[in-house]
Amino acid sequence: MNNNDLAQILIRAVEEADSSERLLDAVQELAAAGIEESVPTLIAALGYNNPGAAVAAVDGLIAIGEPAVGPLLKLIDDYNYGARAWAVRALAGIGDLRALDTLLEAAKTDFSLSVRRAAARGLGTLRWYQLPSEKVESVQTQVIDALLLISEDPEWVVRYAAVTSLETLVKAMPAAVNNAITLPDGASRITHRLEQMLDTDADLGVRTRVKFAQQKIQQQQHQEVFALKTKQEQPEVPHRGGGRR
Amino acid sequence: MNPSPQKIEDLSLTSEFADGESLTVEQAIANLQGVDLGLRFYAAWWLGRFRVCEPAAVRGLIRALEDEADRTPEGGYPLRRNAVRALGKIGDGQAVVPLIACLDCSDYYVREAAAQSLEMLGDVVCISALGKLLKAGLEGEHLKSKQPDLSQPYDAILEALGRLKATEYIPLVKPFLEHPIEVVQYAAARAMYQLTQEPSYAQRLVQALAGDKLQLRRAVLADLGAIGYLPAAEAISETLAENSLKLISLKGLLEHQVNHTTASSLSEGAIKVMNLMDSLL
Repeated sequence: MNNNDLAQILIRAVEEADSSERLLDAVQELAAAGIEESVPTLIAALGYNNPGAAVAAVDGLIAIGEPAVGPLLKLIDDYNYGARAWAVRALAGIGDLRALDTLLEAAKTDFSLSVRRAAARGLGTLRWYQLPSEKVESVQTQVIDALLLISEDPEWVVRYAAVTSLETLVKAMPAAVNNAITLPDGASRITHRLEQMLDTDADLGVRTRVKFAQQKIQQQQHQEVFALKTKQEQPEVPHRGGGRR
Repeated sequence: MNPSPQKIEDLSLTSEFADGESLTVEQAIANLQGVDLGLRFYAAWWLGRFRVCEPAAVRGLIRALEDEADRTPEGGYPLRRNAVRALGKIGDGQAVVPLIACLDCSDYYVREAAAQSLEMLGDVVCISALGKLLKAGLEGEHLKSKQPDLSQPYDAILEALGRLKATEYIPLVKPFLEHPIEVVQYAAARAMYQLTQEPSYAQRLVQALAGDKLQLRRAVLADLGAIGYLPAAEAISETLAENSLKLISLKGLLEHQVNHTTASSLSEGAIKVMNLMDSLL
């Protein structure tokens, strides 16, 4: 049996499922097969108001990855906010830069907090390597501007998601290892905003996540500085177990 | 701080929609006593939604608890229901005594909302009135034999007694673990955990996350968040329900961790919960 036959069988099982449990099983199987042909059916499953099936479909779409991006962007459901949130989650999980404008728009202006949350998360996990290196900085600046704005969203969960993305972004930037005091402009804007949020955010959960982000950023910076120092200060000297006595 | 059914309602319903007609505080307060019953009803909701804690708003809402004008065909009091809910959200202690009186209202939904709002206000003065209502379902220390008894909002009453740490009511709460309605059982389990800190009661909620009704899994997510039961973290993140509700539930666990650790550094439990939350965004 080739992929196409298998896809047809699994797709039919989804279409013919007559209970929410059967639907869940069928979507899980289809998602696990990871076949490109299943993309439209998996996208449709985002709108069935069956959270289990939607989770499975999102996982399936993320696993399929880049081939799912075009259809997701095209078929993204403008009417059902539940389905749109799952679609944005799938795009966020894939991290393909073709979704950048959709994610920026959704994170800033969508009326559904689940959509804003998923989009805010996705902005932190984009596949930067897809960009030509000379473009990375300007796109990152655009994303940071958006995230700083979203970090003032009225809903705690959207601000929480923004914090996770601010964290990953600052970690993705080339750290100023030569001079640990001067961070790149974007990174210092982020760390400044995190400090501000720690002092002023109304929500304890968000403030706690900010603390966690700061801790992880610091750890990484220490590691990088340490890695550099050890390289500089300890030129390779062959030991023959001298220190082990 | 912990998620309550009201907060979930905020998050999953009201906040998902644009905020309808825009009002000013003065207009809303005036509308409470206007001739248009629809505008009164909306004004009461609006004052609660935006937690308008001005004295005139609180006075107006307390007055609305005795409204007779707005009735459903079944005899319910829509304006009273909204006023009760709003007073819980606004959190002014003056509402406690008038809300206790609402526990005797003929409208079930007014009584239910009153129990929820009294829980939010957190004043232990209401405990005996809540206990009295709970006893309606009991003969001595057993559930009434004629079941299922749906005459009182037992789940809301049980949750309030648990939150208010009414340990003297443990013997009356416990029988409700056997109530034929599952949400009532879960409310009893939640309250028993809060009153005794006995993990077996919280574990019963964790098991319920594997049940097959979505509506019940949602209710249990709110319960586990409210009690902040850390060992439930993975089960919460894996249950089949909307991520929004799982996130609220996990936030309850996270805040419980932070509030119950004195150290300024993040606890292992808090970090674990945050990693799970990140994966659900």
